[in-house]
Amino acid sequence: MSWWSKPASDTQVTHGDRFWLYVVVLIIMLLLVIPTFIVVPMSFSDSQYLEFPPSNWSTRWYEVYFESSKWMRATVTSLQVGILTMLVATPLGMMAAYALFVSGHRAAKAIFMFLITPMIVPVILVAIGAFYAYGRVGLNNTITGLVLAHTAMATPLVMIVITAALRSYDLNQERVARSLGATRLRAFFIITLPQIKFSVVTAALLSFLTSFDEVIIAIFVSGGANATLTKHMFSALRDFIDPTIAAISTIMVLVSTVLLLATQFISPREK
Amino acid sequence: MNHVVNMSDATPQSLHVAELKVREVRDQWTLLSLATPAILIIVLVILVPVGWLFYLSFVGSDGQPSLEHYRKMIEYKSYARVFMTTFQVSILTTLICILIGYPLAYFLALLPKRWTGIFMLAVLLPFWTSLLVRTYAWLVLLQKNGLVNEFAIHIGLWDSPVKLVHNMTGTLIGMAHIMLPFLVLPLYGSMKKIDRDLMYAAANLGASPIKAFWQVYFPLSLSGMVAGSLIVFVLCLGFYVTPAVLGGGRVVMVATQITAILENQFNWGAASALGVVLLVATLIVLYVAARLFKFDAALFGKN
Repeated sequence: MSWWSKPASDTQVTHGDRFWLYVVVLIIMLLLVIPTFIVVPMSFSDSQYLEFPPSNWSTRWYEVYFESSKWMRATVTSLQVGILTMLVATPLGMMAAYALFVSGHRAAKAIFMFLITPMIVPVILVAIGAFYAYGRVGLNNTITGLVLAHTAMATPLVMIVITAALRSYDLNQERVARSLGATRLRAFFIITLPQIKFSVVTAALLSFLTSFDEVIIAIFVSGGANATLTKHMFSALRDFIDPTIAAISTIMVLVSTVLLLATQFISPREK
Repeated sequence: MNHVVNMSDATPQSLHVAELKVREVRDQWTLLSLATPAILIIVLVILVPVGWLFYLSFVGSDGQPSLEHYRKMIEYKSYARVFMTTFQVSILTTLICILIGYPLAYFLALLPKRWTGIFMLAVLLPFWTSLLVRTYAWLVLLQKNGLVNEFAIHIGLWDSPVKLVHNMTGTLIGMAHIMLPFLVLPLYGSMKKIDRDLMYAAANLGASPIKAFWQVYFPLSLSGMVAGSLIVFVLCLGFYVTPAVLGGGRVVMVATQITAILENQFNWGAASALGVVLLVATLIVLYVAARLFKFDAALFGKN
């Protein structure tokens, strides 16, 4: 029996019967992935205009990027803000997720709902709100202001990832440790944390990317010497198509691909 | 320990019960206090500023309380157009995502376990990539002498370059690409939960594959589809970057308008009022959906 006429599902359908589905899905997947990677060949073009495939290859746009103090400073700012956001949002989100999941208090659900409001409030509103409030307290154009805002955006994501991990983890193990005399803190660090550590790493990477890729808040509250990479990229996109953006985009795609593959393959099945 | 229980009329047992209760309550509060830093930051960065904007939206240009900004929104035709565009883009993007996302999620849910990881990357990779990068990629792909036009002319779909970007078409293509993972992931989750035996049972009882799909599988996948569509729709309502870049000034949505008001007129009252309307619209959509579909169960996996 060939693959074509083999039953493909629980009903009587064969692979041949639904070959159309495979074709449709393949096209959809290509449409999803190609735009993500198309910037890679483009960035190695020698031309001022974006042509595909490039007629001459060169690394000139990378040279422009690495030699421009404006782009370099923006990159450093973005990395700084991303790392600081990760360092603040991960423990904050983890503490909140653990507290709300374990306590079983009546208010826990309401607090959880409150803490995920940054995912519901339109980002543009958060951005102009922060811009206005920061204007009053002098936080505009500062790293601190940006880290605070990005932490508020990343904390709910961390909470959701950690809560999901705790849900598939047996909390009785921690109770056993405590009944054997460990404090809650100690029980958490030596029993629970090692078992959810891959989710914690995922949450941390996610919060880094949330900040590193964030555009709208950065457009409003970052500026001057502390403008982020995304802010400069956005203004460059609105004006004209600068091939330097392709080089920067390639680097950003590389960063997110590496981070994603790290979460997918380094972690053993954590269930 | 401060025992509130009177020693004289308490048996040792009830004493323990009371003490345990006190400890439990104290433990709960200690635990809840772990959430305070997160609560604090959300109050400071989200609640206070948004509340402030809410207040500003009710202050007229003369500094007195007024409904001036909201009245203008009803009177001026330009605002109506902005709201129309916003809803149009959001609804169309959601529909495109359902149309494309359903077969994709269905395929992923069918795959044997060892293949899922690899194919799932097609959804996760764009999800993890900066939306600015993806918007830029579409700008390049869709331009007049871009790859899409060249390819379409090459295979004879159309003869001369078609304007695909800096208009509604480009905006919808870019938005759908960015929103698709938000629909596919919850949809995939709900499809994975469908009991395969139900499909066997349907087939066994004589249903054709098509009938079994529409009468058994599809209704069971609806909860994920509704949750996903809702996330997409709500995100679309407040979206800024993609319409601003791929719309090229021709697709003016609420977020774009808010920025324009601030950039050109520096009118905080008008911008805030528009933001408040956007927030209220978002909350209404979520509330109605929660009422209709028990949305929070679908989102938080309590079912």
